[in-house]
Amino acid sequence: MHQLTLTDISKALAAKQFSARELTTHLLARIEQLDPQLNSFITVSKESALQQADAADELRSSGINAPLLGLPIAHKDLFCTEGVRTSCASKTLDNFIAPYTATVVDKLNKVGCISLGKLNMDEFAMGSSGETSFYGPSKNPWDTQRIPGGSSSGSAVAVAARLVPASTGSDSGGSIRQPAAFTGLTGIKPTYGRISRWGMTAYASSFDQAGFLAHNAEDCAMLLQATAGFDERDSTSAQQQVDDYAAALSLPLQGLRIGLPKEYFSSDLDSRIGDVVNNSIEQLKQLGATFVDISLPSLPHAVSAYYVIASAEASTNLARFDGVRFGHRCENPQNLEDLYLRSRDEAFGKEVKRRIMIGTYALSTGYYDAYYLKAQKIRRLIKNDFVSAFKDVDLILGPTTPNLPWLIGSKIDDPVAAYLEDIYTVPANLAGIPGLSMPAGMIDGLPVGVQLLAPYFQEARLLQVAHQFQQHTDWHARTPAGF
Amino acid sequence: MQWETVIGLEIHAQLATNTKIFSGSATAFGAEPNSHASLIDLAMPGTLPVLNAAAVRMACMFGLAVDAHIAEYNIFARKNYFYPDLPKGYQTSQMDDPIVGLGHLDIALDDGSIKRVNITRAHLEEDAGKSLHEDFSGMTGIDLNRAGTPLLEIVSEPELSNAKEAVAYAKAIHTLVRYLNICDGNMAEGSFRCDCNVSVRPKGQTKLGTRTEIKNVNSFRFIERAINHEIQRQIELIEDGGKVTQETRLYDPNKDETRSMRSKEEANDYRYFPCPDLLPVHIPREMLEELRTHLPELPTQKRERFEKDFGLSTYDASVLSASREMANYFEVVEKTCADAKLATNWVMGELSSLLNKENLDITQSPVSAEQLGGMLVRIKDNTISGKIAKMVFEAMAAGEGDADQIIEQRGLKQVTDSGAIEAMLDEVLATNAEQVEQYRASDENKRGKMFGFFVGQAMRASKGKANPQQVNELLKQKLDQ
Repeated sequence: MHQLTLTDISKALAAKQFSARELTTHLLARIEQLDPQLNSFITVSKESALQQADAADELRSSGINAPLLGLPIAHKDLFCTEGVRTSCASKTLDNFIAPYTATVVDKLNKVGCISLGKLNMDEFAMGSSGETSFYGPSKNPWDTQRIPGGSSSGSAVAVAARLVPASTGSDSGGSIRQPAAFTGLTGIKPTYGRISRWGMTAYASSFDQAGFLAHNAEDCAMLLQATAGFDERDSTSAQQQVDDYAAALSLPLQGLRIGLPKEYFSSDLDSRIGDVVNNSIEQLKQLGATFVDISLPSLPHAVSAYYVIASAEASTNLARFDGVRFGHRCENPQNLEDLYLRSRDEAFGKEVKRRIMIGTYALSTGYYDAYYLKAQKIRRLIKNDFVSAFKDVDLILGPTTPNLPWLIGSKIDDPVAAYLEDIYTVPANLAGIPGLSMPAGMIDGLPVGVQLLAPYFQEARLLQVAHQFQQHTDWHARTPAGF
Repeated sequence: MQWETVIGLEIHAQLATNTKIFSGSATAFGAEPNSHASLIDLAMPGTLPVLNAAAVRMACMFGLAVDAHIAEYNIFARKNYFYPDLPKGYQTSQMDDPIVGLGHLDIALDDGSIKRVNITRAHLEEDAGKSLHEDFSGMTGIDLNRAGTPLLEIVSEPELSNAKEAVAYAKAIHTLVRYLNICDGNMAEGSFRCDCNVSVRPKGQTKLGTRTEIKNVNSFRFIERAINHEIQRQIELIEDGGKVTQETRLYDPNKDETRSMRSKEEANDYRYFPCPDLLPVHIPREMLEELRTHLPELPTQKRERFEKDFGLSTYDASVLSASREMANYFEVVEKTCADAKLATNWVMGELSSLLNKENLDITQSPVSAEQLGGMLVRIKDNTISGKIAKMVFEAMAAGEGDADQIIEQRGLKQVTDSGAIEAMLDEVLATNAEQVEQYRASDENKRGKMFGFFVGQAMRASKGKANPQQVNELLKQKLDQ
């Protein structure tokens, strides 16, 4: 059962091959058995999951056959879930029981999804490896010595290890696409504003975008369909109409023009990953797509601009964790300043503190123009690069990551090296365009992802190309040994 | 040395919306602590602000009323600082692109002159909560009911040159926001409060002196006293060889002094930057035009109309237009009696002293505008004299009914029958034959002085009801014959 995709499960439940309760019980047992070595869950909601499963089975037996009814899923631990701890993998919120539910979770609950629990991540989504979690790193099931990527580390590990068929994640600088690439999954980051941010704890508000990790594009399409759309509680969510993603999957690729930005194939790229990307290009050519070389000249500045703006936003987004109303409060504060200093010092991890410091600095009087404002100008240039590129091509293709997943601990003391691993993913967040990573090969037993980028709100095109690719390849169907 | 004062005011007007600026919580004053504090007001992780359109409309109304530039887009920014009653750790405010740009307001000064005060800007922002230091035995309580209440911060140019002018300007803004119905103006509840920026410089110097900011002054009287105190403090400081330091000061009304709160060095670096949770606010031009049609007659327009149509002095006109309610009252009185001068005298005279004495505002007046107007009609048609009218007015204030009822019941109708007056006068003259003799023997100058005696006797004899004009005329005839 645990090898099935979301789409398979949907069909099996409809055909009554097994019940939601049977499936849920099976997956909970797997989590109990396998997760101790993987550390992908922070909280397992066993009882409520079984209740939801029973409710789904009951609805099914009363004749209701909604496509997502009874489908198990798990959520990155930055989505607020009423009555369930929502920790953001931080000591700060280790004791925080959310009093309300995020829109994306709420929408999935309402169509009948079962939540198995809350998934590990980099603390407050700050990290690209999962190692900054207060609860310890999640392990890559393809090689448990290695990181699974981040910040949606648990979201990737739980799906790759077949503990849950799909998960929610969030992607502010690559936090869905990069772990998807590192664990052999399909991960979609929709256009900024496509899915409501209400209830998703903010890291970098102008980048944060909820999305999904699953086994294939078809599953991603199903989840996106259920969650996309305007939310009056999020002013930055898009009023744009939601496309029919399932209908787009089967469209042929004939005539599709795909751009290959030369900046994505520079010397930073592991040449073996370059070979994987080239193989996928050949495959897509056979399916009718044509490829053209393009350039996105401002891209070399993307990582710097991203870390300045994202840290600036993070530094103020995290100001609310002051020990006054919720979250960690130090013992016996002597006065107000002591309360602030110790509560925050004790509960934030090293990387979070680093970004708060970077962001505070970048916004300070005398540095604002040199850092924050300049970074915003670069952001505009990068956006313009994409807009003009998409006048000529329908999609952009490149590697998701420059390197394979690294060994746990190997970059922990070199934050800049870790930041540079985001080089291929942050441009989409700076521009706000949608992106998808799909499995396209293996190197030394480790999965490799290829990334597709599309114009604003053209998620359907990403899913279509990934789905067509997956109809003719089986990289997405591979399972790590032992899972 | 001669000193010159430069004052600029930052006025915080709480906008009269039903709900907060970024959440659906009620803004009602005086509720149980934290009963109007939603997930958003508590800054729960994952919550987001949604801008209240009513607050935007109110800010635009203000902008239109002060003839200000209202840009097509304005932007919210985060002002970052830590304080326990500031739940997000930043205040959502506006910095570089405020909703209301440069405008101006004409204010009437005590000497009857008009001064144009330029308004630098007005921006929207959220209020903070309240820290409660009492009743918690060494701890501090936080009440977030007020957190997120919409404020319009109205910043004047530093163009006010003394405390009286500053108060006149503050009152003019107060009048304006109440005319516009965008603020209840309740200073005791903090709906209208004022930061005063004060500096002094030697007369004739163009460069501004170092300013201090007196925070959160919440009555017109305190504005005047705080500014005067601060001017004096600064002058004495400089004359003693000291230097004014840029700082924030607090006015203590109990001690009538200002004291330092924090200096510039201690001031926060607020790290303003555009709030990524809110889109730039678009103000369509059509919306402004639509709002313009809803603008009421503004205080300045009303004052000018009163001057022009009713021939009132600038002072009288500005007193009568100081609030929409006062102006409405006056206009009803004027319309009823069709005599602007009489209406002005009574509204600004007897009525105002009654209200002052009873500590009532115009909407609570025990004498309605229709009642007062009706009484003035009776003065005009000679049914009663001005003197009797005061008696009637008191009776109306005591709730005895309309003027006509009171005149009828008390038999206060003026005697205008000249036959009856003559008979009464003959009696008065007969009773005072000696004085009549003296009068007739006196020269013109002395006669003038004595005449009043006979008038007084006559009015007393008629219990005040004889028409004074007729009494005067007939008495003169009889004495001079």
